[in-house]
Amino acid sequence: MTQSIVVQVGQCGNQVGCRFWDLALREHAHVNKKGIYDEALSSFFRNVDTRANDGEGSDIAGGKIRSLKARAILIDMEEGVVNEILQGPLRDVFDSTQLITDVSGSGNNWAVGHKVYGSVYRERITERVRKAMEYCDCLQCFFLIHSMGGGTGSGLGSCVLSLLEEEFPEISRIVTAVYPSGEDDVITSPYNSVLAMRELTEHADCVLPVENQSLVDIVNKIRHMASTTKPGSVIKKDGTLISGQGGVTKSEKPFDAMNNIVANLLLNLTSSARFEGSLNMDLNEITMNLVPFPRLHYLVSSLTPLYTLADVNIPTRRLDQMFTDAFSKDHQLIRADPKHSLYLACALMVRGNVQVSDLRRNIERLRPSLPFVSWNQEGWKTGLCSVPPVGHSHSLLALANNTCVKPTFIDLKDRFIKLYKKKAHLHHYLHVEGMEQGYFTEAISSLSSLIEEYSQLDATKRLLIPDASRLSIAT
Amino acid sequence: MSIVTVQLGQCGNQIGQELFDVITSDTNEAQRYKLSVEGKAYGVCSQERFFHDELTGELSARAVLIDMEPKVITQTMATAAKSGRWKYGDRSFFCQKQGSGNNWANGFCVHGPRHEEAVGDLVRREVERCDRLAGILTLMSVAGGTGSGVGTYITQCLRDTYPHSLILNQLTWPYGTGEVIVQNYNSILTLSHLYQCSDAILVHENDTVHRICAQLMNIKHISFSDVNKVIAHQLGSVLQPAHTQSTCSQYSRNPIGELMATLVCHPEYRLLGLCSIPQMPSSSLAYSAFTWPGLLKHLRQMLISSTKMEEGIDWQVQATAVGQRTADKCGGFNTSMANLLILRGKDVSSADARGFLDPALYSPWLPAEGAFSTWRSAIPFNRYEKSATLVSNSQSLLKPLDHMVGKAWNMFASRAYVHQYTKFGISEEDFLDSFTCLEQVLSSYRHL
Repeated sequence: MTQSIVVQVGQCGNQVGCRFWDLALREHAHVNKKGIYDEALSSFFRNVDTRANDGEGSDIAGGKIRSLKARAILIDMEEGVVNEILQGPLRDVFDSTQLITDVSGSGNNWAVGHKVYGSVYRERITERVRKAMEYCDCLQCFFLIHSMGGGTGSGLGSCVLSLLEEEFPEISRIVTAVYPSGEDDVITSPYNSVLAMRELTEHADCVLPVENQSLVDIVNKIRHMASTTKPGSVIKKDGTLISGQGGVTKSEKPFDAMNNIVANLLLNLTSSARFEGSLNMDLNEITMNLVPFPRLHYLVSSLTPLYTLADVNIPTRRLDQMFTDAFSKDHQLIRADPKHSLYLACALMVRGNVQVSDLRRNIERLRPSLPFVSWNQEGWKTGLCSVPPVGHSHSLLALANNTCVKPTFIDLKDRFIKLYKKKAHLHHYLHVEGMEQGYFTEAISSLSSLIEEYSQLDATKRLLIPDASRLSIAT
Repeated sequence: MSIVTVQLGQCGNQIGQELFDVITSDTNEAQRYKLSVEGKAYGVCSQERFFHDELTGELSARAVLIDMEPKVITQTMATAAKSGRWKYGDRSFFCQKQGSGNNWANGFCVHGPRHEEAVGDLVRREVERCDRLAGILTLMSVAGGTGSGVGTYITQCLRDTYPHSLILNQLTWPYGTGEVIVQNYNSILTLSHLYQCSDAILVHENDTVHRICAQLMNIKHISFSDVNKVIAHQLGSVLQPAHTQSTCSQYSRNPIGELMATLVCHPEYRLLGLCSIPQMPSSSLAYSAFTWPGLLKHLRQMLISSTKMEEGIDWQVQATAVGQRTADKCGGFNTSMANLLILRGKDVSSADARGFLDPALYSPWLPAEGAFSTWRSAIPFNRYEKSATLVSNSQSLLKPLDHMVGKAWNMFASRAYVHQYTKFGISEEDFLDSFTCLEQVLSSYRHL
């Protein structure tokens, strides 16, 4: 069994990460009734004997759960969020050696995060990652969680990404990046996002972009459903995507509902690597199947169902609905419409009581309405994991490499250009040591060429492309 | 004589487990059969072929389990042990912690060479346990990374280590869509490499088997276990003991050898397909009766119309004699290189298989008597009163193979995903070599 390490950077990254650990514990507690430290748990947690007096405790292989420690590194350049975590109910899963904090923050400035803190903390971060790696017997993947808009998440987060590539090139890097909405309160967020995008395009194995606005929309939708359902059909308390019910954190904070969605995304993404199933899908298979060209590694994700009703038996129709919903605009974690753009590849990761015939039936049913690139008409990858998420009987995570990410990127580019034309706020960046204007021009040209690559593929959408002529054999 | 089975990857391990399960349950059934003397001989022969006795008296499969991740192997070994009839050797497995990630290059260039020695030792231990080795059977899929990549590498190693033993590769071809996106790349790399080192390649297509599950077995929610059971049933019906033409009174001791002697008479033609009739839910077996002429008539038509299950057979297709064949045979009948018919069950000696001796079925340069043979066993197989299986080296795999190569070629034309392979040392030239090799195979079969 392989392990993964989560590196959460900045306020957003840490809040999402925190929800992830809470829900991960809830999920394992639900499956693992005996309290035995099993392989599934080992992928994200260490089992530590805290009574050993070497300060950090020593790992115990197998046996009863003593004290679980998250395989995580928490990085923030202010103390607020991390301190809150340390005073909250999750304090026991982290210890002080996993934290890296500063006091003054990055002031929503990518350059401060990337250049200043990047060089100050580089050594320490590398050392902490190395330490976390020593506790793994087969490390497979780094999960990096950060936002794109702020200073620490985007600046230091993207710096950590290239650091990981340099120091540990063998280990794959999956980034969950939270993109700012158009009406973001951080004025410099277009700068920060575009500067960070270049790093993501060049150094990540794959990126799961998540847009704030989409999360808000999904939360509202679920709340609306919960308040308007008929008295007979009650939504299960722990059966929604936004619920933290059953976790150790009791009081809900304002962003928790949104962050729970992202946390569930990560849980479902890794479920097949943690639990058994009739068609396993390992983490390294995601990149292998979904990334046809190295730079085009942005995967649009959608989670279904959003909630389950407590009291109704689920008819097959509802199962099929789950597949249909996964392709609808309303369920995507970025604001995009995959059905009207071009698919390069698509993965369906199913959990729970679903058979291969259900999968096949639904793929056959949905295929005609989804445009796929000419050379990958059959670009489907599937995984079946037998353990459903808490509160559901089954669930689906769809990952699509789709040109529908383009509008988000174009939007970002436009907002960047609007500021950059007037050189607004530029001096705040250029004051920072090591930061040059070249970073801006290179970042924007990297983004432009990425958009161009998607456009070229998009252009082939309605064309009938003849099959490549085959090699001929002299007879 | 004994067969050593090498199970590779998730698919190979699951099929292997089902195969041994079918074999033991069939053998147990046979020993309860009224012809007790013959039933016993059947049991002894099958047991020697697939199992050895542990000191504890338990049956232990002559098999090696290989996967790059532990989950499937743990599950497979546990399921086998739970059957109570047989188990896998406690130390006859090899697994690593991290899978090949659907990447053939990762399996072939990295995992294969790295674990060559450990796997070689395991196989050697099983081989040394056999009094006489009849051959090696490998079970693997072509779609994934471990089965296909590591499997291909290990087959090459086995060829080097056992130059005089026969190697039969059972390959599971993926569904047309939906399993692995790079499956066509992985498949062409596997097939082109195996074509150089395997003695025969026996193919099961998931799509066909899935249809059998849906239409003949009447299963509503088909799981992989159902699919694997059908594959195991078909494999079992070939590999269980039977009388061949040369060993009329005794069970053949060398099934793999005899199978290849009949079917693979030219190195350019090594692809074998398989079809079995009847196949039905076990609950309907008691209410069904079959006659040999009926079964054989259907099976013959399935062969010439290239239908792999007993449903939707095209009865219009007819075998045309050599002289009358037109150049354009598209939509025409399925020409065979060679066929092997295996009949099991009641009154088997009365079954008349002469319909398969029609020279029109075969290529003009091979006499029908040389291209066809029959194995028989009076013991019913797997609770079917009468059953027939046809292993055939024919054009029936031409279409799916052509499809596979075409898809891969299209993807290769835009160089999509190629960087994932070059990362591990498979270059564009390697791809081109594989394409050339398979186009050659396609062309040979087309001109059969």
